[in-house]
Amino acid sequence: MTVKYTEDHEWVLVEGDTATVGITDYAQNALGDIVFVETPAAGTEVSQGDDVAVVESVKTASDVYAPITGEIIEGNDALEDQPELVNSSPEGDGWFFKMTIGDASELDKLLDEAGYKAFCEGLD
Amino acid sequence: MSDLHTITGNQGLQIEEPLIFEQDTPGKCGVDLPDVPEVKTRLGGLAREGKIGLPGMTEPDTVRHYMRLSQKNYAIDTGFYPLGSCTMKHNPRLNEKMARLGGLADLHPLQPNSTVQGALELIDQCAHWLKELTGMPAVAMSPAAGAHGELCGLMAARAAHEAKGNPRKIVLCPESAHGTNPATAAACGYKVESIPATSDGRVDLDALKAALNEDVAAIMLTNPNTCGLFERDIVEIAEAVHAVGAYFYCDGANFNAIMGRVRPGDLGIDCMHINLHKTFSTPHGGGGPGSGPVVLSAALAPYAPVPYVVDTGDGFKLVEHKADSDQDPFGRIKGFHGQMGMFIRSLSYMMSHGSDGLRQASGDAVLNANYLKAKLQDMLTVSFPDGPCMHEVLFDDRFLKDTGVTTLDFAKMMIDEGVHPMTMYFPLVVHGALLMEPTETENKATLDKFIHMIREMTQKAKDGAAESFKSAPMLTPRRRLDETKAARSPVLKWTEAAE
Repeated sequence: MTVKYTEDHEWVLVEGDTATVGITDYAQNALGDIVFVETPAAGTEVSQGDDVAVVESVKTASDVYAPITGEIIEGNDALEDQPELVNSSPEGDGWFFKMTIGDASELDKLLDEAGYKAFCEGLD
Repeated sequence: MSDLHTITGNQGLQIEEPLIFEQDTPGKCGVDLPDVPEVKTRLGGLAREGKIGLPGMTEPDTVRHYMRLSQKNYAIDTGFYPLGSCTMKHNPRLNEKMARLGGLADLHPLQPNSTVQGALELIDQCAHWLKELTGMPAVAMSPAAGAHGELCGLMAARAAHEAKGNPRKIVLCPESAHGTNPATAAACGYKVESIPATSDGRVDLDALKAALNEDVAAIMLTNPNTCGLFERDIVEIAEAVHAVGAYFYCDGANFNAIMGRVRPGDLGIDCMHINLHKTFSTPHGGGGPGSGPVVLSAALAPYAPVPYVVDTGDGFKLVEHKADSDQDPFGRIKGFHGQMGMFIRSLSYMMSHGSDGLRQASGDAVLNANYLKAKLQDMLTVSFPDGPCMHEVLFDDRFLKDTGVTTLDFAKMMIDEGVHPMTMYFPLVVHGALLMEPTETENKATLDKFIHMIREMTQKAKDGAAESFKSAPMLTPRRRLDETKAARSPVLKWTEAAE
């Protein structure tokens, strides 16, 4: 089980052939109270960098990008009624979608936890 | 409300006002109607059985209700309104006088054209001024407001591409674009690609050039941009866009900064909407409607939507149908002829100012924004401090760092001070944005009072008064509203309480 991060503040939890994707604690904190989340439909083929989900807070609306290439397995339906899960549990119950791993080499190029932490410190 | 409790719940002139439905008294009525005679229903069982849902009110109660609501409103006629990118300038009363002239106010849009020649001439004259000011050969007058104008411009661009056999796929928008730009592109069936900004707040020309190819239908750019900066590379951008056969859409929301000084047509722009309700002083922000004519280059002019006015030399003709046009209009996007009342008001504004007056208006708008910048830059953090800004100045929240006060808290306290807050958290390219646009219609005394207020507030924040910011506003009819709950579980309709 590995967690990887993108510079667009997505996290990717890799478990076997499946990647679970959400936005980081840093991202939810910067966005403020989340009021709406749109997750992708199962079966959608996505390429790395595609905008696949939308997150809306009281302050702004942002796209969430596919961190890797693959196919969407499922979106987190719970977020439809409880978008606040993204604030309360960004890297747990507030996950956005699960997807297949089309090209494992893309994961190698993402940041690890220490790398992401350093990246965020550079932003402040 | 303040902590002072009154018996009535009112606070002096601030009257506590329930919803009109909560004031419903069945049987009360504002007019004395005769008894309804017995009629044999011919509705075949479709007659309404339930209540019609209108509150029973007397006329004086109704008048007071709306008067009291209006008194809770903050308008440009109330005070300073520095809402960035919205150009909340004074609406001259001369415009209102002209719009109320019987010969214009009492027209019906279905009157025969022979009886409305003056009105058609007025539309033609207003169009003439807009074409002169922008250096563009054509203008579509009918769009209802800014975003509708964007839609019109992009539909013209799409029609032009389709006429060449390929509508193309992509529209480029810079990161700092008004949110309506990517929304318009998506509504026209295009994929939106974002162009990053440089560290000085302008479009990254190299990134733009790298993104240009023959799939790109258009670029949508605001100039001056939403950071309040003039896009210096605009001519080079236009050349690069045209080199791949794409069109250049300019968001004209910020035309107030360059009116009478720069003609978009000279910059290589193909289409630009003009917010008559901003630059040309017609009312907006609840007092509208808006109006968003779109000027078009020679390349896009043939696709302008119907209806449009033609000066035949022997009177004015209104071309209302595609079949009657000798051009290739993409269709119709608005009922009737556009916002006639706003054409009257903006023509009144243009003619009363004259070309020299319009030029001075844009100059003064830029001067006022730079005055704010100069007087606040030592206490607030200017996002792009190098060189002058245009008609609006962008600050970010670095000056609030470690104070515990956010941009939102700062804005809420401005409400207690009786000033409409600036635009906040937009544009997104800086953190915790505060975007201030004073407009040319504010005098130095007003600006000085505002500057004093902002400086004192900033000092308070830096002196550790975070708690008082967090509890603002204190003096409004309602205290800080739960914006999160309002967005998560909106209640959009009053419903009768269950008995």
